[in-house]
Amino acid sequence: MARSPARPHAHGGLTSQSRIPNHALHLIIVRLFLLTLLNGLTLGALYFMVASGFTLVFGLMRQVNLAHGSLYLLGGYVGYEVGLASGSWFVGVAAGFASMAVVGLLLQVVLFRHMEGQDLRQTLVTIAISIIAADLMLAHWGGLAYQFDPPEWLFGATPMPLVNAYPTYRLALLATAIVIGLLLWFFLTKTRVGMMIRAGVDDRAILSATGVNVQRVFAITFAIGAGLAGFAGVVGGTALSIAPGEDNRYLLASLVVVIVGGMGSVPGAAIGAVLVGLAEQFGLAYTPTYGIAYTFLIMVLVLAIRPQGILGRPG
Amino acid sequence: MSAIAPPSAALDTLPGGTAARRRYPVRPQHVLVAVLLVIYPLLATDFWTLQIGAQSLLLGVIALSLMFLAGYGGMVSLAQMTVAGLAAYMMAIFGVSAIPVSLGWPWWVVVPLSLAIATLFATFVGALSVRTEGIYTIMITLAIGMAVFYLAQQNYTVFNGFDGFKGLEPPVLFDVNWRNPLPFYYLCLTVAVLCYFAVLYLSRSTFGLSIQAIRDNPRRMRALGFNVNLHRIAAYAFAGFVAALGGVLSAWYNGRVSPGSIGIHSIIGILIIGVMGGLRHPIGPFVGAIVYVLMQTFAIDFIDRERFNTLIGTVFLLIVLFSSDGLLGLWDGIRRRLTAPRGQRRAVASKEE
Amino acid sequence: MKQTFRTSMLAAAIAITAAWGTGVCAQDIKVGGLATLEGPFAVPGQDSMRGIELALSEANYTAGGKKITLIKASSNANPDVAVNAARKLVEQDKIDILIGPLSGSEGLAVKDYAKTQPNTTFVNGSSAAQDTTLRDPAPNFYRFSTDGAQWMAGLGEYVYKNKGFKKVAVVAEDYSFPYTQVLGFMLPFCQAGGKVPEKFGVPLGNKDYSSVIAKLPQDVDAIYVALGGADAINFLTQYQQAGGNKPLIGGSITVDQTVLGSKGRIRDAVIGVPAAGPIADSWDNPKWKAFVAAYKAKFPDGLPSPSLFAHAYYVETKAVLAALNQVNGDLSGGQAKFRQALSKLKLDTPTGMVTLDENRNAIADIFLTEVAVGQGGGLYNKVIRVIPQVNQTLGTDKAKFMALGPVSRTNPECK
Repeated sequence: MARSPARPHAHGGLTSQSRIPNHALHLIIVRLFLLTLLNGLTLGALYFMVASGFTLVFGLMRQVNLAHGSLYLLGGYVGYEVGLASGSWFVGVAAGFASMAVVGLLLQVVLFRHMEGQDLRQTLVTIAISIIAADLMLAHWGGLAYQFDPPEWLFGATPMPLVNAYPTYRLALLATAIVIGLLLWFFLTKTRVGMMIRAGVDDRAILSATGVNVQRVFAITFAIGAGLAGFAGVVGGTALSIAPGEDNRYLLASLVVVIVGGMGSVPGAAIGAVLVGLAEQFGLAYTPTYGIAYTFLIMVLVLAIRPQGILGRPG
Repeated sequence: MSAIAPPSAALDTLPGGTAARRRYPVRPQHVLVAVLLVIYPLLATDFWTLQIGAQSLLLGVIALSLMFLAGYGGMVSLAQMTVAGLAAYMMAIFGVSAIPVSLGWPWWVVVPLSLAIATLFATFVGALSVRTEGIYTIMITLAIGMAVFYLAQQNYTVFNGFDGFKGLEPPVLFDVNWRNPLPFYYLCLTVAVLCYFAVLYLSRSTFGLSIQAIRDNPRRMRALGFNVNLHRIAAYAFAGFVAALGGVLSAWYNGRVSPGSIGIHSIIGILIIGVMGGLRHPIGPFVGAIVYVLMQTFAIDFIDRERFNTLIGTVFLLIVLFSSDGLLGLWDGIRRRLTAPRGQRRAVASKEE
Repeated sequence: MKQTFRTSMLAAAIAITAAWGTGVCAQDIKVGGLATLEGPFAVPGQDSMRGIELALSEANYTAGGKKITLIKASSNANPDVAVNAARKLVEQDKIDILIGPLSGSEGLAVKDYAKTQPNTTFVNGSSAAQDTTLRDPAPNFYRFSTDGAQWMAGLGEYVYKNKGFKKVAVVAEDYSFPYTQVLGFMLPFCQAGGKVPEKFGVPLGNKDYSSVIAKLPQDVDAIYVALGGADAINFLTQYQQAGGNKPLIGGSITVDQTVLGSKGRIRDAVIGVPAAGPIADSWDNPKWKAFVAAYKAKFPDGLPSPSLFAHAYYVETKAVLAALNQVNGDLSGGQAKFRQALSKLKLDTPTGMVTLDENRNAIADIFLTEVAVGQGGGLYNKVIRVIPQVNQTLGTDKAKFMALGPVSRTNPECK
């Protein structure tokens, strides 16, 4: 079991009544701030991974996929089962991505393709799917929470300056999110399909006029978006467990991130995710009662000042 | 496949509103429905009057506010239940309840105050949502609804947190305890009828027609000089008032209000009722509410209640997939197929695709 | 329009038919079972129904010479839904006795509803909020199970005296059930001399404990974690990953089968965690073992061992059956004789003797447990001690106990 290195003399929390020498008090305050900062960044990393798929699908296909949270949860469950069966966490992660990509593909080809242009109807269908999926998942996997075990070298704490130790896994989350962000950027800017997607975000009509098989692009986009959700499900389920109700939580987080960051913009999702993650963690650390309210406060502010989001396009 | 999204957004239905162009004579079936609604409690047991009848009516009123915004305005707001719940909370906070937080003011102050606060909140929601187009509205209103939910759940000084308020009762007026099944049913019926006709009347008024025109083509309306955003916000305000009325009734019906009343389950429930019933005509929400309440109450007697959510999700999915407008749309389609002359039945059917 | 006409005719037809009701033999006694069969509490809800069914089947669905019909109803932990479900059972299905609900806040709402239905007897399921019977009780609401504070009996003293924990930090979710458990732990703990320098309230549904962990004081001896099994695993994992190593103290639902079944590093942290509750899975007692065996035989698809929900619903149903037998099924005169029998009942259950106090709340035995490694390497809750006949005021003077006031984030305190 990982043991943490000796911590500086800390005589209790910020509100304790014992006498603390000034320098130690400073250290406690700084330490809490840094820990919260790291917590916020790593949580933001997770939110980015979940929200990037959502914003991609909306940006291109103008479709609000409210079953995104269900994809997260289902990917998590599938990844857990596969990981357990194969004994490898990485295989579980890959399974989470692959299975949800397939599900996303099926949804697009079987259902949404026939509802082109009917935004509201598509959204209602996603709501219906999320209700059914949540109930069926509850029936199959029950109400328990599933906690994944990451591989040995990811577990435990990494020694760090000032805060002494920080969970390695959360640092790995941050690293993963950065990698995903870079991969997405590369995919969108340097590959042909990526350029088609970006063109489609700008103007779908012209894209199809140039002879591109738009349906195929849609299918690929939806598959990637769903796959990202599934991937995040396994990765997130390792940091914070998965259980019924997590689908709503991450859907809500995705909504707020995308509203704040701007629809269809992956860099926007990154900014939004960092803001939301930091707001939530600082809220929980310093005013725990209303911690969750800060994310919505940011959302309201953005809506009031710049409704299309920080990096979103107007109209 | 249409590369350019059509201007009409409300479930891509027939433009305008055929109801608006139809004259409104009083047909015999209207009289029959009215009579049945009035004598219903005399035929039914207390349980049926209260839990099925009154509950359907008040849920229908809340869903009616959604119908007004979505059907006539093209804005699907998931915050209607939140507005209703906020009205209920205001009733609890300012009025009499079993919780010490309540201020205990008399009902004739508390009811208008709750309605006003809830309507104000709805206007605020509208102001936030109208600057974005179409499908954004669902996301934003859902997020706002959840924000209020978390606030209510965590705050103890005003909202009494997780436990909420209990002991909410309608006043005893004219020697009648308005919470008894019969009086309460008639109270709900009156409110529902008033709201129904208000919405119907509004739909044909200048304001209502402007809202529908804005739904169909906001650019053109702007070019004509209409302040599109102001009209939309006004629509939210009116819908908020209707929802608030439903909220006051629900506070009295349940005798309590807690965060669960405005949680994700309740929010989606109103959406299901609205869409299931039909968003094109004000009778739709009430039809949807009756079906929903019947299913909720009696599903356990017929199927494994544990999978109730799957059942209602599937019904919802089927209705969205196969009907252009909920149960009303299904009925319209069936009626058209049955009344069309033989040779044209196929044509009618294919026209609906 | 035609469709509204037809719909309303249909509705009226249904209404009229339902108004006549289904013809049921007047000799039957109708019992309603209310549990959370939907939502995240669905698994405990199912187990609760198993508890009722086990008790009824042991009595062959007969009591006092009359046949018993069970009608089930479902809720989803939302008090409004619970009241609606109860109303359907009482007013539509015309039950005589209601057994339920499952969760604390539902219990408070159903108790209020009970006051409006004096002709039906309401017997609790497993809801464990204190105020359901302690404050403003309903004369026709009976609880043969103990409340959340009673469940913690013995733990406070044990960790102070035997484990040597003098200073404990508390982590609990922000709602009434955890607060009640904290009260049950803190009252004897503080009385014995313990101190709780800090309490951390976690917003409901929040799974990210990193900020709480960041603020946990270093100079405490242990951390009392009033979280449910799944959240407890979450907390433990994140706590370990952050390098924490203080021993934990569990609430009644903390060290449940999820936690005991954990694999990997969490397992080591779980061994030795003390807790207390109304049952102990591995109690070496013939009556308890017979109960577990009967549960397993009747429900091969059930949980590996009956949960405290199954047990609570089982005991409540047993009480109803015993009282019915005593009065020969006589429910006349507003069920007066039946209720008298319930109030005076001395019920022998798989977990000991249960009687009711003046608020119709149970006085029963509580189990103090500690996680230990069993033969074969699996973890189980070893019974340290059985705390006999715990009442709702935990043995303290009633006036003093009531003066503490209702539980909240800041009540009680002992810094």
